Amino acid sequence: MAALNNLTEHLEAFVDVTRSPTHHAESLKAIATSLEKGVLSINQLVVEMDMYLTTTDDVVRARGSILLLAEMLDYLKSKPLDNAVVHSLIGFFTAKLAEWRSVRGALSGCLALIKRKGVAGVVTAVDAEAVAKSMAQSIQVQSLALYDRKLCFELLECLLEQYPEAMINLGDLMVYATCEAIDGEKDPPCLMIAFHVVELLARLFPSPSGPVASEASDLFEFISCYFPLHYTHTKGDEASIPREDLSRGLSLAISSTPFFEPYAIPLLLEKLSASLPVAKVDSLKCLKDCAVNYGVSRMKKHYKDLWPALKDALYASTKTDLSFGLESLTSPGFEMGEIHREAVNLLQRLVKQDISFLGLVVEDIRVNMVFDTISRYLRYEEMLDTSKLEVLVVSQILSVSARSSVESCNIIFETFFSRLMNTLGIVEKTSPGDLVHNENSTVSTRLYHGGLHLCIELLTASKDLIPSSEECTSTPESAQQSWCSIVNRFSASLIEAFTSAVQSSNDDCSADAYLGVKGLLAMGMFRGGSSPVSRSEFEKILTTLTSIIAANSAKTVKWELALKALVCMGSFIDRYSESEKAMSYMAIVVENLVSLVRSSHCSLPHPMILEATSEVCSTMPTYVEKMVEGFEEAFCSSFSDFCVSLGPMTLDRKVFTIVSVSISNKQGIESFLISNYYLENTCQVNGNFKSIENCSQLLECVTNKLLPRLTEIDGLEKSLVNFAISMWNQIESSIVFSYDFNGREFVEAAMKTMGEIVGVASVDSQNSIIQKAYNVISSSTLPAMESIPLTVAALEGLQRNLSTRDELILSLFASVIIGASPKASIPDVKSLVDLFLVSFLKGYIRAAQALGSMINKLVTGSGGTNISTDCSLEEACDIIFHESDSSKTICGSETFLGKICLGFCGSLDLQTRAITGLAWIGKGLLMRGDKRVNEIALVLMECLKSTNSSGNALHPSAMKHAADAFLTLMSDSEVCLNRKFHAVIRPLYKQRFFSITVPILESLIVNSQTPLSRTMLHVALAHVVSNVPVTVILDNTKKLLSVILEGLSVLSVDSVHKETLFSLLLVLSGTLTDIKGQQSVSDNAHRIIECLVKLTSYPHLMVVRETAIQCLATLLELPHGRIYPFRREVLQAVTKALDDPKRRVREEAIKCRQAWTSISSRSTPF
Amino acid sequence: MTLGLLNANPVVQAKKERLARTQDQHRDYDGLDTLDTKYVRDIRDPEHPYSLEQLSVLSEDSITLDDKLNRILITFTPTIQHCRMATIIGLCLRAKLKECLPLHYKVDIRVSPGSHADEDSVNKQLNDKERVVAALENPNLRQLVDECICSNEI
Repeated sequence: MAALNNLTEHLEAFVDVTRSPTHHAESLKAIATSLEKGVLSINQLVVEMDMYLTTTDDVVRARGSILLLAEMLDYLKSKPLDNAVVHSLIGFFTAKLAEWRSVRGALSGCLALIKRKGVAGVVTAVDAEAVAKSMAQSIQVQSLALYDRKLCFELLECLLEQYPEAMINLGDLMVYATCEAIDGEKDPPCLMIAFHVVELLARLFPSPSGPVASEASDLFEFISCYFPLHYTHTKGDEASIPREDLSRGLSLAISSTPFFEPYAIPLLLEKLSASLPVAKVDSLKCLKDCAVNYGVSRMKKHYKDLWPALKDALYASTKTDLSFGLESLTSPGFEMGEIHREAVNLLQRLVKQDISFLGLVVEDIRVNMVFDTISRYLRYEEMLDTSKLEVLVVSQILSVSARSSVESCNIIFETFFSRLMNTLGIVEKTSPGDLVHNENSTVSTRLYHGGLHLCIELLTASKDLIPSSEECTSTPESAQQSWCSIVNRFSASLIEAFTSAVQSSNDDCSADAYLGVKGLLAMGMFRGGSSPVSRSEFEKILTTLTSIIAANSAKTVKWELALKALVCMGSFIDRYSESEKAMSYMAIVVENLVSLVRSSHCSLPHPMILEATSEVCSTMPTYVEKMVEGFEEAFCSSFSDFCVSLGPMTLDRKVFTIVSVSISNKQGIESFLISNYYLENTCQVNGNFKSIENCSQLLECVTNKLLPRLTEIDGLEKSLVNFAISMWNQIESSIVFSYDFNGREFVEAAMKTMGEIVGVASVDSQNSIIQKAYNVISSSTLPAMESIPLTVAALEGLQRNLSTRDELILSLFASVIIGASPKASIPDVKSLVDLFLVSFLKGYIRAAQALGSMINKLVTGSGGTNISTDCSLEEACDIIFHESDSSKTICGSETFLGKICLGFCGSLDLQTRAITGLAWIGKGLLMRGDKRVNEIALVLMECLKSTNSSGNALHPSAMKHAADAFLTLMSDSEVCLNRKFHAVIRPLYKQRFFSITVPILESLIVNSQTPLSRTMLHVALAHVVSNVPVTVILDNTKKLLSVILEGLSVLSVDSVHKETLFSLLLVLSGTLTDIKGQQSVSDNAHRIIECLVKLTSYPHLMVVRETAIQCLATLLELPHGRIYPFRREVLQAVTKALDDPKRRVREEAIKCRQAWTSISSRSTPF
Repeated sequence: MTLGLLNANPVVQAKKERLARTQDQHRDYDGLDTLDTKYVRDIRDPEHPYSLEQLSVLSEDSITLDDKLNRILITFTPTIQHCRMATIIGLCLRAKLKECLPLHYKVDIRVSPGSHADEDSVNKQLNDKERVVAALENPNLRQLVDECICSNEI
């Protein structure tokens, strides 16, 4: 009973027009849920609503009852209902359609019922018929409001879709009703449905004696008046249907039935000839739909009018500027407007559908005239615009027609190709293998650009028609391949013609080269066994293109075109997996280029060979393998070139042979040592510059071109790992290096390549590289360094620098370690730690980075059940920090490194190196979240004090290094310890370091004794603050602001700190704009402004001035009362900045000045 | 102002391409940028929604700058001979330059010879300090000038 009581309440609420829509929705929902749950049945509801349904108050009746019932049904779409209920309800709604006051409720009720699909409670066909009849007879759609009209159309659509048989029974009535409903409709959503209704009607009544056929003219009249669609009100209607969709709907409606043909085609042709671009596009699209749906026989009648209209559209939409650029080698070469594209589609459709349409094309006088035009001009630039247009459009027409079907292609080739060849003077091959005669023939080829263009277009069009091998066997060859044989007859001469076009081209005119290369490309892209171009001819094309690449000595357009063409052909071969052609490609292109890479003496500059090779070879995995092999060899040969490059004396060479023999036998160490000495003296000290340069370029090519494409090319990783290993082999086998000037560059490149290869390699490959590298290391003199005791005396005594070879080995090995993943196993970690420790104290930063990486990735002792390493993090740290314990020669309990850093012992050089090294080790520890970093940070901060704990003054250079160490610790490094190199990175490590160090640094700044120490502390703080995420700063603005400001003023004294100053200024500018920082900014406004005003005249860095002025402008967001007092001061500073030497500062100054001026009511006060 | 526009159909030219801000300009570039003339070209015409550059009232050649003597001479060409707006355009130029330039420049503004019917008096009016200050104190004129020189591009 409670449910019923509630129901009455809800009903009252819904019926009451004065209540808000949300109220209505709520009550509606409440009733619906109770219905759905079964608390209430429909019958009960209807009984309860009795009063509302029958009241004489129209509003209450229409709104409250009928609409409520309808909406309720919409809610209950999926609830099974009794058939009897449905029947009586639909009867009720059908009857109510006649009553205009309640038409909305009735319509939505009908719609909700008709839409019901599924098991229980569907409207029967008889009822549906009744609905349709009642609707047709009693509703005048156009007199209704927008929403109701939409309901009407939806109802019609639904009826037609779901009860086709019932609607067929109604026949004429439905067509009339639709006509009447559409007439005058202007709303896009309604029209969208209306067009669909027409389409449905056309589908329902396909017979020529049916109602649609007889009413076609009327129906068409109603829909055709919308063509071409044009929106008059565009602004407010953004949410409704876009023009494209509606126009597509209209097009479908127009093309829905062939009965519209007599009316539609003339209309469309008329609109096509209009000047409005939208009309043209729409008519072309619609014509295409019509061509598909009306059928050939009906369309045939209109061909005579259609062809000229289409031709005109093509002529009008083509632009005459043909591009001869690199990018258009694989595209048509001119801009395609939308009209053009649609016209081309229509033409293709028509030709494909009916070959007889092609007759019009072939006989067209303009098409035939083109050969005269072609032969009038040799060069494209010489042509008049009209002739250009003629050539382009006709090429387009012919190629599109040829592309449509095999028959059309045959006809086009039979009719035009020989003529074209005649015009161009290209001779037919009389018998196979007759090439030699042709070359001597009297007819010389005339390379008309227009003709070549046409020819290329035709060839490109036809190449898509070659069936794939399976199709080829099923269809008889004779009938369809006649174009093939035509091309085949001319292929040899064509290739020759294109080749000569390329060869005759010179630098100032790219058209010849472009057309030649494009032609060769077109000839080379025929696929399959039935290709009109034989294998030998294909190989000839490849040879030509390759020779272009090899012959040029500078990067010309021709060179680039040829390269691109080769790359296209390579990827084409890969895509269609043409094994035969792949073999030719491999033999001619790949091998040639790779051999060019190998031979260091050729006219082509080395970077260009590398570029060409890497581009061409990355088209297929097998080529890549080949290329990397080639690179390996090239590397080895150039490497050995500059490692040992002997003088001209034969004696020396003999000595060298003896030496190599003695080494390979692993005997005669003494003689080796002697001859080694001898060799070092007889070698050309300068080495071979060219080969060392080649080597670095090759490595750069590997890093920049190949490595980024690792994921695209299968098998590349393996080849690269092999490459890395062979690098090590090569280094192992070479004894003497001599490099001076370019050497640095080479070592850098080698380190980078090695590191990156290791970085991308899998763990197994990494292991093999590491093993190899370790073997090389242990066979060198480097292990001797491990045994050096870590005492100052011993380190200082180590005066002699490493030999160049050892240095290279060390750097490369460090790179390997840097790139290795934590899972890779590194042999003999302890001695390696020693080695790196000694070498970074000797000044090899790479070693420090490697040590940092190692520390970062080692497993911890406790969980270190992993046997892959023989040393845990703890042990490694022990070695690094507590080595002094074992040697017991110096200072007792404190760490040895710390002592050096603080300058207790050792020279200044040693001190600075130790500080830098410590920073890298600290970075490794910091990133993995290890506690030991705190001690390191303490040591580094100790270094920043003016005097250390024992009262000795610290050297300024050491302090500077210590300050920079904070940058190393906090910034993201490119060279090591990043994601690429598998670093172990704990989240929020920067924040943690920030919270540890900043308070200490702040207190140190307060207590600092000398200006230098103060500056250095500020530098360190700036590094920490500027590298931490902005959010952290914003949380601490209050604390940090004053120290940042002080830092800014301290750092602005010396130009050395300009970069640091800038990054700190950026931090400040970040806090100014944020809401979190605003309170403290507002409190400190006077200090901020003072500081910024000073920086507006900072002389050392333009961006600092610019940013300072921008910050000043930002400050205007603060409360007016807070900033107004500083107005005069700021304006003075900014006015000075108007005279800044830099334009950008001046521009900012103008903006800032305008903004600050505007906070006062009157103009500038001075 | 019921007379309608003075020049109802002016010829509109294309804007010159603006120098894009490139990254390499960002740092390491310590040369001196010369003071340039682009401050004024974006001033809007008092009559049409186009800039003075688009209307060919100003061009780069019409502005001469002498850095040694700190002098600037701007010669502009009104679109029609009887343009009443010539003085307003001149006033805009002066107001804009006052905002943008350091104080030590002396600015002379003239209409180009033969381009205006009342050339001499316009020139005199534009270079008379007191009349300029007086004009800029007139609230209506001030508003018009502010609207014209308020431009998005600098």
